[in-house]
Amino acid sequence: MALGLTLTWLTLLILIPLSGLAWRSSELGLAKFLAIAFDPRTLSALRISFGAAFAAACINAAFGVVLAWVLVRYRFPGKRVIDAMVDLPFALPTAVAGIALATLYAPNGWIGQFLTPLGIKIAFTPLGIVIALVFVGLPFVVRTVQPVMEEIDKEVEEAAATLGATRLQTIFRVLLPGLAPPVLTGFALAFARGVGEYGSVIFIAGNLPFRSEIAPLLIVIKLEEYNYAAATAIAAVMLVISFVMLLIINLIQSWRRRRYGYGA
Amino acid sequence: MALDTSLQPTKVRSAVTEHRFARWTLILASLIFLTLILLLPLAAVFVEAFRKGAGAFLEALQDEETFSAIRLTLIVAGVSVPLNLIFGLAAAWAIAKFEFKGKAFLTTLIDLPFSVSPVISGLVFVLLLGANTHLGHWLSAHDIKILFAVPGLILATMFVTFPFVARELIPLMQEQGTGDEEAALSLGASGWQTFWHVTLPNIKWGLLYGVLLCNARAMGEFGAVSVVSGHIRGQTNTMPLQVEILYNEYNFTGAFAVATLLALLALVTLILKTLLEMRYSEEIAASRRH
Amino acid sequence: MEVRVQNLRKEFDRFPALHDVSLDIRSGELIALLGPSGSGKTTLLRLIAGLESPTEGLIYFGDEDASKKTVQQRNIGFVFQHYALFRHMTVLDNVSFGLNVRDGARRPPKAEIRRRALELLDLVQLSGLEKRYPAQLSGGQRQRVALARAMAVEPNVLLLDEPFGALDAQVRKDLRKWLREIHDRTGHTTVFVTHDQDEAMELADRVVVMSQGAIEQIGTPDEVYDNPNSPFVFGFVGQSNCLDVRVNGGEIWFEDRPLGLKVENEADGDAQLYFRPHDIELRDGCGGCIAGLLTTSRRVAGTRHIEVDIGKGHPPIELELSPSQAGSLDRSRIAFRPKRWKLFRAGR
Repeated sequence: MALGLTLTWLTLLILIPLSGLAWRSSELGLAKFLAIAFDPRTLSALRISFGAAFAAACINAAFGVVLAWVLVRYRFPGKRVIDAMVDLPFALPTAVAGIALATLYAPNGWIGQFLTPLGIKIAFTPLGIVIALVFVGLPFVVRTVQPVMEEIDKEVEEAAATLGATRLQTIFRVLLPGLAPPVLTGFALAFARGVGEYGSVIFIAGNLPFRSEIAPLLIVIKLEEYNYAAATAIAAVMLVISFVMLLIINLIQSWRRRRYGYGA
Repeated sequence: MALDTSLQPTKVRSAVTEHRFARWTLILASLIFLTLILLLPLAAVFVEAFRKGAGAFLEALQDEETFSAIRLTLIVAGVSVPLNLIFGLAAAWAIAKFEFKGKAFLTTLIDLPFSVSPVISGLVFVLLLGANTHLGHWLSAHDIKILFAVPGLILATMFVTFPFVARELIPLMQEQGTGDEEAALSLGASGWQTFWHVTLPNIKWGLLYGVLLCNARAMGEFGAVSVVSGHIRGQTNTMPLQVEILYNEYNFTGAFAVATLLALLALVTLILKTLLEMRYSEEIAASRRH
Repeated sequence: MEVRVQNLRKEFDRFPALHDVSLDIRSGELIALLGPSGSGKTTLLRLIAGLESPTEGLIYFGDEDASKKTVQQRNIGFVFQHYALFRHMTVLDNVSFGLNVRDGARRPPKAEIRRRALELLDLVQLSGLEKRYPAQLSGGQRQRVALARAMAVEPNVLLLDEPFGALDAQVRKDLRKWLREIHDRTGHTTVFVTHDQDEAMELADRVVVMSQGAIEQIGTPDEVYDNPNSPFVFGFVGQSNCLDVRVNGGEIWFEDRPLGLKVENEADGDAQLYFRPHDIELRDGCGGCIAGLLTTSRRVAGTRHIEVDIGKGHPPIELELSPSQAGSLDRSRIAFRPKRWKLFRAGR
């Protein structure tokens, strides 16, 4: 009975809407679809969305590892609170984050005011988008890396030390390679989240076409113009690209598993 | 060979820790990064809300439109979360306790709303139920308003927050296995009794956790709801949407006042989440022991 | 390289793991640290390695004070019970690791490192597996890689922490023999930790029996087995039976009878008599022996193991009889006397 209920629910709620999307896209016809997909404004928006998401995911990957390391291995006052705070981007509504970030980095904002005289503009530029996406994606790498780090076998570190490796050598040659899978997973999650992010970006971005207009925003604009065809096409392209990237990452992960064994 | 007469050896640093300097540098770097990225924005919300004083803050909250936005958010969450609870439970139950073909497919499907942009989530509902579709025609013929009305908001919110409960429960229930339920059934309990008295207590902390996250997202969802709402002031604006409107009107105090409420919700969610996690891990440990 | 440990003491958060341990390890010897859990043997090993620092005491490698050196500087080889291989490196890379991480001057050229690693793999009989990953090896193979890896840096001393503890019984036996051969070939000073006395006796040149953070006895396997100097050693290294007895005028009395065993230079008083199950002779009748009822009798490999109940709440005595002795058993009442035994004063 539970199965039947679940299936009905999932079908209604998820399967039908998504197949609707696929169906509508195919309704367009290939030529029209490609025309919209390769329209300069579309390409620009896609480039900005994927580019900013990639950059933000990279930053989050680097800092995520550091954060996870610090939280797992060190003791310092306030660690519990910091650990809980890492989940703030999960809990905070995106619109709230959006206006807060915009206020901070606007030319006369809390931080922006110090950067303007230096000629650095954050709000209304792709840089602002990256910062917003760093906020949004922060927990992903940290939370995927933390459990793996906690399981690191101390003996392996000791073995490396007995063989003469310095601390730095042990970290870079022995420990980090083992962390590559969760970092990659976290990166993929942060990236996927960043590509589709809307609420936290639109306030800080300025939304200038060809400059700081993200793909989700373009979809909304097309929708408001009742240009459903364009909106659908752009959405479909986004989904396909995301799907391909995630597939690649998944393939890399399973290749590693086969070679190094489970949990490697 | 000279014998060292002092028996007090030099302290040598353990093989598996870094130099103190390196440690504190890393800690400091992390703290600075977190402050910049997380804490400052949070602080900004509260500071900007009260910039014009507590009086202006309270006034902003009592604005009629804002008030109905708050009410609408509560309604949407109040409907979406319990429904997702039930169906998430059903999904997790099905996946954890039964064997059937296509299980992996089902699990992927459940994860789907997570990986899709909220805007696209909203888009699919518009495409499905919009005025120029079959379904849309049928609905308007029967004078049923879903899109650009409250039901649409609820649907979109449910789509986006569905995975939270299921994802939390599936691994938990899989871990617990079917042993307890089989024992209860063999003792003569009915399906419902088994569920209520055996399954439910086993999963209660995971359930609460999932509901907590589901609720936080339901109340804070922006992108999907924005697309399906039509932005009809006073009628189809939830709190996040109201924040956007007020901000775009340069009514910063108003925008941040509503944002403050949402931020407080987030903080409460985080606190409860941490408390649950502490209890939850005891729970997992306890359920593993037997 | 000889290793000397002097008055070593180690406390973990107030818990004393080692008290006042001193030990001289000769260059090139294969020495076993034997004891139950909690005896401090692993702690001692790790102190020698530099993985822990002593609370008090000194460690010398040859003439140099090693206590001031970090584990990296001590140039030791350590083999862990659970192998601790680097999962993301091939077998060859694992073995070459110690040489690869050396800095500039001391690092041999790549070709040389490769040659040495392959040579070692040959020594541990794993040629041909250099491109495999640890996940693709069996437990015994992994441990051999770990040993090759430890030897690659030409260590001053090889330290093995229960190296065969995680392996199947048969693999364990095979690797024991094999370890002895490797040791004889390479001549490294080797210290290994075990709780298995068969292993220690079979492998080691000398055995260090430890209990509760202190050394009970150091000696060759023969010495330790035949002349244990404490009840603990007697009981731990090999099977034993223990009887509360009394010394009276140079004779040992059990309960109300003399056992027909004589001691010299022992004051009168209470004591404990220890003897091994097979160090007994059967007697007819009982003038000066221990008597009891045969309760169980089992055939174990080439001997017969019996249990004798000597009454009055004593725990059953375990005896091992040769086939000829077993053959002469025709009654349920057994009388016997220890042939070889040791007397320890109570409270020792």
